[in-house]
Formats: sequence, structure tokens, C-alpha cells
Amino acid sequence: MSSNPEQRPNLYALTWRLPIIFWQLIFFVGPVLFMVAMSFFLVKNYRMTEAFEFVNWSRMLTRGFFWDSYWYTIGIATLSTVCAMCIAFPAAFALAFRASESTRRWAIFLLIIPFFTSYLVRTFSWFVILSESGVVNAMLGYVGLGPYTMLNTNFGTLVGYMTLTLPLVVILQTVTMANIDKNLIEAARNLGCSPLRTIWQVIIPLSKTGLIIAAIFCFILSFGDFVAPFYLGGSQEPTLPILILDTTKSGQQWPRAAVVAIMMMVTLFAIAFTGIALAYRKGKGAK
Amino acid sequence: MYRPTVTSSLFGLNRRQLLKAGGAAVLTTPFVSRAWAATTEINMLAWYGHGEPDVVAEYEEANNVKFVPKYYAGGDNMLALIAQSPPGTYDLILSDAEFVQQLNAAGYIEEMNAADYPLDDMLHEDFSQFPGHWADGKMYSMILRGGHLGVSYNKNSVTEEEAQSYACFWKPELEGKVGHFDWHLPTLGMMSLYDGNGAGLWDLNDDQWAKVQETTMSLRKQVGGFFDYGGTFNGLKNGEMQAMCGIGDWITGVLEKDGAPVASVIPKEGGIQFTESYSIGKGSEKADEAKKFIQYMMSPAGQVKSAQMAAYPGFCVTKAGRAALVEADMAEAKRSHQIDGDSQDPITLIKEGRIHYRDIPQQQTLEDWNDFWSEYKSA
Repeated sequence: MSSNPEQRPNLYALTWRLPIIFWQLIFFVGPVLFMVAMSFFLVKNYRMTEAFEFVNWSRMLTRGFFWDSYWYTIGIATLSTVCAMCIAFPAAFALAFRASESTRRWAIFLLIIPFFTSYLVRTFSWFVILSESGVVNAMLGYVGLGPYTMLNTNFGTLVGYMTLTLPLVVILQTVTMANIDKNLIEAARNLGCSPLRTIWQVIIPLSKTGLIIAAIFCFILSFGDFVAPFYLGGSQEPTLPILILDTTKSGQQWPRAAVVAIMMMVTLFAIAFTGIALAYRKGKGAK
Repeated sequence: MYRPTVTSSLFGLNRRQLLKAGGAAVLTTPFVSRAWAATTEINMLAWYGHGEPDVVAEYEEANNVKFVPKYYAGGDNMLALIAQSPPGTYDLILSDAEFVQQLNAAGYIEEMNAADYPLDDMLHEDFSQFPGHWADGKMYSMILRGGHLGVSYNKNSVTEEEAQSYACFWKPELEGKVGHFDWHLPTLGMMSLYDGNGAGLWDLNDDQWAKVQETTMSLRKQVGGFFDYGGTFNGLKNGEMQAMCGIGDWITGVLEKDGAPVASVIPKEGGIQFTESYSIGKGSEKADEAKKFIQYMMSPAGQVKSAQMAAYPGFCVTKAGRAALVEADMAEAKRSHQIDGDSQDPITLIKEGRIHYRDIPQQQTLEDWNDFWSEYKSA
């Protein structure tokens, strides 16, 4: 009798995987399970007490303001993703196909630099630029335009989201496109494909996985961001992260905040899994 | 050949002198270290600013104590922090007056001896037995300062006459330019006053509460944002917001001192008073130190420090404190109307019945108000 060696667990490989498994258990699975449990707890005299009640779920999910925030957050995060993808694409295209290897490396390095500084500080710097007496309006004033209200609007929120996500999206798109086999592009051009058609029918399909991953990252970051909608959007139409803050501020309703957080996670999982499924789906005729 | 000895090489001391010096050093070391250890740490739970150097540094130096402040934003937050901490964590608790009752009911604060504090020197008789500060004839909190909330506005957009009514928030020119301090209590209190509920502003029946909600909702189109302290400050300073609902001189006062064209007034419908009081935390091992500090803050010097607090100003509550402020800082006394005979004198406003102490809703829960606030924000 002999066992199939391919089916035997590889202890060596498993050992090396242990740290990531532990990390996930301690910092992700554990807190998520606690959060789920917490959503059934009650708050008495500003103190959480263990219970198994559905009151937090019914209270939050039957409130109009929750669903208003929910759809608004999905909407503005989607808009942010579309904007970031559109703005990033030409830059990434140029870096991937037009720039030299060293220029691309420098550009990626420069795109990483913003992550060395605090996002909150970068957000606050927009006050000086976007306020009615700020830099943009001052410049527009020279040509007889404005002043325009940019802070405390959806535009302000979007600017904040771009501050957070755009460098990452450009990097992901650039790396993806730079890895496309250039021969395929040349072949398309040699066969009479126009530049635009080459982009649509060769470059985008070939970089589909990376583009979708970039979009998912952008959506996730925007969806969960508190800073931009609070400080640059003026908390007008609160997003779900702001709703979490509001809920904990009043009566320390952490269990109700947990309900909001779980709804956010479920949404993000659904979107991420759908996106990943799309990213790795094989096209017609693929083997 | 000369060979340096140990005694001659060590600062020219002989062996006997060296032993003496060493012995003295050894014997005095415990006293030195005890002197260092005598710096007592006092844990303070307070709104931002109360534990900052401009208020406490002088006292710390004179009394060899060190304040360790833990700042909160909002009474709910304060209660939660205490509830989640072991007894005795906080020696000194600065609370909004409307939450003292809850602190006491939950057993978080110590009884205080009224004789330790200048209750006979209060600027208003209400301050001696401030609502909620006493229970069963026992005192649990000492009123420290107050401030009034009304119409806060940019003088370039709103005239002083217009600011005499909350109606100015609905001024068409202010569309998108009215900001909210992001806390339901002050704004909904103001809307209740605007609806004519006067002294009953917190005690609303269903119809009155529905009307307050309707009035508030009608203001939504004017609103340009909901802000925390920093955002409120910035919004008024950079002109993004031309009027603010839910605040008062505690924010505009800081900007005004900085030269910004902003002001706060108490409109004809009335204003709301925030009141801050000190309590001693239950189980504190430094209750005496905490009491001593409260006594200092109630002294003329302490009252001046409180009135001049850099984070946000508040008015003095003792007569001696006001007199000291007038003598020490006439400009601030004038700016904040803490001058006898001034028509906007905070004490005069209270006496005229134009000011109502901030409270919590009587017939609804805080959650009801907060839920409506969330609805209002997302409208």
C-alpha cells in the first residue's frame, strides 16, 4: 500500500505559511468575529453588556438615514473609482509604453513618496488650495472666474479620495501595462489596428486583471475613508464611516456601529469577490 | 618618582574627606529621590484645553504636581471613558453641568465639602446650587465657568441687527454658508428656542418635538457642512461659513482675538449656556490634591486663567474672579462683556431670563435626538 505523495500535506511549506495564517487569525478573523458578536450586545449606562439581541440590527437597518448613507457611500466611492481609473490611465499608459525604463522607475518612486507622509496632513493642505480665498480661486480670479465653492462639497470629497488613491492606481496600472508583451501590440498595429482600437482590443483586455485590481483597491479605500468626506466634504451627506463615528458619539453605541461596519464589510467582500471573479474570468475561446 | 595616590587624584581630597563626602552623598540620596518622587501626577478628564500649560503650568510649578489630561469631546464620550476605566482612574473630572447628575447617579464622583469653595462669592445665585450639582443636600460638583451659545456670524455677511434672531440662518444670501457644530444638543436646543419653547426648550411634548424637527429640516438647504472643533474654527476663519449654528463665543472669541470679523450674540429668542464644573473622581487617591486644584481654579487667579484659556474662553463665575479679570486683562473683560453694566454681560443675560442652561431632552431620549440628527445630516 502506498499513499500518493502529492496528496500528503507538505509540512515544510505549511510551516512557512503559519505566520500569515496566525496574522490573519489574530488581526482579521478574531476582530471580525468579535465585531459580529458585539453587534448583538447592548449598551447600558454607557457600558457594553453581553447579550444576544437583534435590536441593534433592527434599529439600524430600518432607519432611512442608514440606507441614505449606504447608497451615497457606494455612489461616491464608485465615482471616485471611475475618476481615478480615468485620470490614471493616460499617465500609466505613457509610463508603460512611452517612458524609458529609468524614467518609469523614477516616476514610480515619486508616486510612492506621498505614502511617506500623513494622509491627514495632505488632506488639510487642500484647505489652503480649495477654500474660497485659496490658491485655485485666486488663480481663477485673475481670469475673471469664481470664486467657486469647492470645500464641503462632493467635489472636495473626491479631491480627498484622489489624494488617497490616485498614486496607487497609477502604480498598479503602470506595472500591469508595462508587463504586456510589446510584440502583441506591434502585431496589432502591423495588422492595421488603429491606436485607439489597439488600446481597446489589445491593451485593456491584456491588462484586465491589473486594471480591475486597481479599481477594487480604489473602491475599497474610498468606501472606507473617513478623512476626505469629513474634512473636505464637510460631512454633508455622511458616508458610512462618518455614520459609525456619529453612532459611537451618541450614547457610545458601539454595537450599532458594529452593525454599520459589518454591512460595510459584506458590501466590500461582495464587490471584491465579483471584481476578482471578473478579473480572472477567461474570455470566449480561451483554453 | 612621584606616584599619584588615590586621595590626591580625586579632587584633592584625602581619604577621610572622601569617605565623609561619600557617606553624605549616600545618606542624602533617599531625600533627593524622594523630592523627585514628590511630583504628584493628577489624572484629569476634561475637554481639551483645561490641562494645557496656559492653565496649569503655573500651578504645577508652585505645587510640584503634574497634570495628566485625558481629553474627551462630549458628555457621552466622557461617561463612556469613566465607565470603561477602573474606579480611581481619574482624580479630577471636568464635566458639562448637565452630565453631573449622571456622574453622581452612577457613583463616579465624590461628595464635596461646600465650605471648601467660595459659594458665597458667586456672581449669580443659581451658581451656588447649580442644577444637578447637589443631591440630598450634598454637593458633588463645583461650577467653574460658563459660556453662552447663540448666533455666531461673520460681520461682513450678517448685521448685528439680523443676528438678533435665529431667523438670520435662513437668510437667502447664506445658502450653503451656514455651518453646524456637529453635535445635536446645542443646535436642536436653538431650534427649540426659535420655535418659541423658551424655558421649556428641553421638555418637548410630541407636537413640539415634531415642530422642532420640521424647523430644523427647513434649515438644511442653508447648511454648508457639519464640523468638529477644528473644522468649525477653519470654516469661520477662511470664510467658507458665514454663520454657525450650535456655537458661541467659545469659538468666535478665539477668532475675534485673532482679528477675524466674527462675533456671537444672544438673539431675542434666547441663548443656551454651557457650564463646566469640576468633580473629584470616586476612589481617587489624590482627592486632596484635586480639591486643592479646584480651590485654586475658584480663586481670583484661577478664574482669570480660566477666562483667558487659549483653547476656548469662558466667563468667570465668582465676583472676585471677575474683578481680577478686569484688573488683569481689561481687553478680554470688555470683549467678553464681563463688565458690570454691559448690556451683554453674561450674568445680566441670565438674570433677564434670556439664557437657558443646557440640558438633555426630558421627554425623548438622547438617541431619539441623535437619530434625528443623523437623518438631518443625510437629508
